[in-house]
Amino acid sequence: MNREWLLNAALLAGLVVVPGWAVWADEPFTIMLATRAVIFALAAAGLNIALGLGGLVSLGHAVFFGIGGYAMGVLASHAQNYTPLYDGVFTIQGTKSMPVIWLAAAVTSGLAAWLIGVLSLRTSGAYFIMITLAFGQMAYFFAISWPAYGGEDGLSIYVRNGFPGLNTLDPIQFYGLCLAWLCLVLWGYARLRRSPFGLALDSARQVPDRVRAVGLDPRRLQLVALVLSGAVTGLAGALFADLNRFVSPSMLSWQMSGEIIVFVIIGGVARLFGPVAGAVFYVMMEHWLGGISDYWQIFLGLVLLAVVLFGRGGLIGMICGKGRPDA
Amino acid sequence: MPDSVLSTHELHKAFGALRASEGISIRLLHGEIHAIIGPNGAGKSTLIAQICGSLRPDSGRVTFLGRDVTALPTEARARMGLARTFQTSALAMDQTVMQNVLLGALGASGRPWRFLSRVARDAGLRDTAEAALLETGLQDLARLRTAELSHGQRRQLEVAVALTQAPRAFVMDEPMAGLGAEGSRHLTGFLDRLRTRAPILLVEHDMDAVFALADRITVLVYGRVIATGSVEDIRADPLVRDAYLGDGA
Ligand SMILES: Nc1ncnc2c1ncn2[C@@H]1O[C@H](COP(=O)(O)OP(=O)(O)OP(=O)(O)O)[C@@H](O)[C@H]1O
Ligand SMILES: [Mg+2]
Repeated sequence: MNREWLLNAALLAGLVVVPGWAVWADEPFTIMLATRAVIFALAAAGLNIALGLGGLVSLGHAVFFGIGGYAMGVLASHAQNYTPLYDGVFTIQGTKSMPVIWLAAAVTSGLAAWLIGVLSLRTSGAYFIMITLAFGQMAYFFAISWPAYGGEDGLSIYVRNGFPGLNTLDPIQFYGLCLAWLCLVLWGYARLRRSPFGLALDSARQVPDRVRAVGLDPRRLQLVALVLSGAVTGLAGALFADLNRFVSPSMLSWQMSGEIIVFVIIGGVARLFGPVAGAVFYVMMEHWLGGISDYWQIFLGLVLLAVVLFGRGGLIGMICGKGRPDA
Repeated sequence: MPDSVLSTHELHKAFGALRASEGISIRLLHGEIHAIIGPNGAGKSTLIAQICGSLRPDSGRVTFLGRDVTALPTEARARMGLARTFQTSALAMDQTVMQNVLLGALGASGRPWRFLSRVARDAGLRDTAEAALLETGLQDLARLRTAELSHGQRRQLEVAVALTQAPRAFVMDEPMAGLGAEGSRHLTGFLDRLRTRAPILLVEHDMDAVFALADRITVLVYGRVIATGSVEDIRADPLVRDAYLGDGA
């Protein structure tokens, strides 16, 4: 048991205790903030697979976040309007069921990640960043100019979607769902990191020539990582849209991509709880400093600068030091 | 040519005006160590890159295990059993020594698509990896970060990774580079025993090692083969003495 393990446990405990206290003190706004932080952490945990394990600097993860959001918006809007989503050879109805929406969000954003990966993984470094950014912009402008689903104004959903056996309108119950997803994904990340795939992916990041020389294709490894990464971030997007009961093109914007990257970098790239630390920190700053000044992001910029200059390991790295490889 | 495991046929490769390979045809036979020697910039690494697939020849063919592999990517050749060591170590410095050899075993197993099981607990991979470490004398360093290894230990780890790959042929680019006299002697003894497992195409500057190990030697100068033959042939060849060995040899 080391320091990082303790810090992770403390973060997780905070994510249970603070909203628990908020229920007791009847502070639904705090629960909303915590939900926001947990969903951002989930989106960032998705990115951490590509960025932390795979070394892929994607500046287009808002595409997956937004696709997840729109998957929810489209399915739910058809359900609330009683119109079929597709009516041809067969019929696809909308749905208000979260499990179905999650599946749709993960599959569509995973497919998008596959497509983007096939086209962008031929490049690396700055070119890779630019191509992912370009795809992000394309998706953004596509959403703006697509009137069927609200265009620039976005799409509102009247009632939060349902989950069997839970009352999702109760903030703490919805929060519980989001937290469960976060825990599941972090568990998966921890397993992935030590798995055969994780070893191959880590090597593809550090020494692609070696990976080829032992008979594996680094690009295919990275493509699979990107698909997993996109699917998780897409799932977070669906939850985010459900939290706000609203989805708009801003979820697809490059600012959103930037924010997701910032969560990971502030918290600590490739650290298990890096995305959590980063997202919680961000939401806290947004809330406290945002209440003082509209220019709170200047302060955030300073923090980012400090983290990048003084600790490549982000907040987690500053507190716990450099991570060690585990055999 | 019945016994050749690996061969090149009339390989040509130019970098702009620089002709790095000019019609290189060599063969690696069963059970032999075939050394490639030549001055700096002669095109030895370029030849290796074409054999292993990281560089496409302008023309010519590479044949491995009776199959034309010229169009195959590096990873496909590796899966056939072509095990390569790099002139400058290509090791994951942030990983442990064990993880580096596990990667080789994983590549040879061809099953990287497992996402939730622990790689270090895979008994098959572990056995392969541990055997390779034991053979190269690195077993006590398994848990060390690779960045903490000495230069010589890294060279040994390069060889250990190659051992995990169920090799049918080794291609080694200057494995002795920077090893020092003691290290070179040690590795020479090791490679000597290794040839029974799979033949070795050995690029090497260390002439003591080459003369001790090689069954045959090919001399490369300015992208051309100027001589091929046994150690005695090459030592005696006036052209080689002139171009490369100098009069001391
Ligand atoms: N990718 C490349 N682009 C341009 N020139 C190259 C490239 N790779 C190698 N060369 C040139 O080709 C020639 C042969 O290089 P190579 O690395 O094959 O030599 P070498 O025999 O391995 O030398 P050394 O003993 O120093 O390792 C050199 O002149 C080198 O500068
Ligand atoms: Mg060389």
